[in-house]
Amino acid sequence: MNAEPQRLTVASDQDVVRVRQLVRTVAVAVKLSLVDQTKLVTAASELARNTLVYGGGGTVEVDRVDNGRRAGIRIAFVDSGPGIADVNLALTDGYTTGGGLGLGLSGARRLVDEFDIDTEPGRGTSITVTKWCR
Amino acid sequence: MERVPVLKIGDMLLVSIQVDMEDQTALNLQEDLADKIVATGCRGVIIDISALDIVDSFVGRMLATIAGISKVLDAETVVVGMRPAVAITLVELGLSLPGIRTALNVELGMALLARARFEAEGGGDAGEDDETVAAAS
Repeated sequence: MNAEPQRLTVASDQDVVRVRQLVRTVAVAVKLSLVDQTKLVTAASELARNTLVYGGGGTVEVDRVDNGRRAGIRIAFVDSGPGIADVNLALTDGYTTGGGLGLGLSGARRLVDEFDIDTEPGRGTSITVTKWCR
Repeated sequence: MERVPVLKIGDMLLVSIQVDMEDQTALNLQEDLADKIVATGCRGVIIDISALDIVDSFVGRMLATIAGISKVLDAETVVVGMRPAVAITLVELGLSLPGIRTALNVELGMALLARARFEAEGGGDAGEDDETVAAAS
């Protein structure tokens, strides 16, 4: 059932575009609705940019999943950058250390069904999100 | 590096974003547009995003910045053509684009700019119609 996970390296602006395109392709393949495709691709764009800007680059892995009842997509964003000291603060709307709007992380969480973050200062950050078909 | 073309149509600038922009492309567009507003003296900017299948916080911020830059250069910006799914996603993301005028399509955007100009020039009380104003400007 599950195809092989697809992995991309995120090291430049162009790679963020590639992440969006890959996520879009897989979202169409698992038959997410148009609104859900749009939400997931937007979330992926925010998180891939974070991987690049804050994590100093990393990898993105896109995987088709199935929990027996529904199909979905899981995306993992992994970097070995500085990590996040205060996750709750980082997930607050409007909080930013990068001069952006501070909506990337908090907004991305609202756009997906499941959002897991594993981070520690000095060890990097790993964020996994899942979107299920309705 | 790709650049988004900025077209002058009458006294308006039209930008139709047709590609999935890299962040740097979006930043270049801000500069190109500011230069073009000053070079042409155009008072209205229409940004057509009907080809964009997502607008994330970076592009959202670019739109807000362009509107701000235009404002201080004495031009009005209208963002047109946003897809329904993009609107739903933007609001859920937390970006409601305050301070940005929007219209459903280019035609309505041009009408909005013409009306805004008409009002700004103190029109309306003399009973002039839009054509008179367009001819006078």
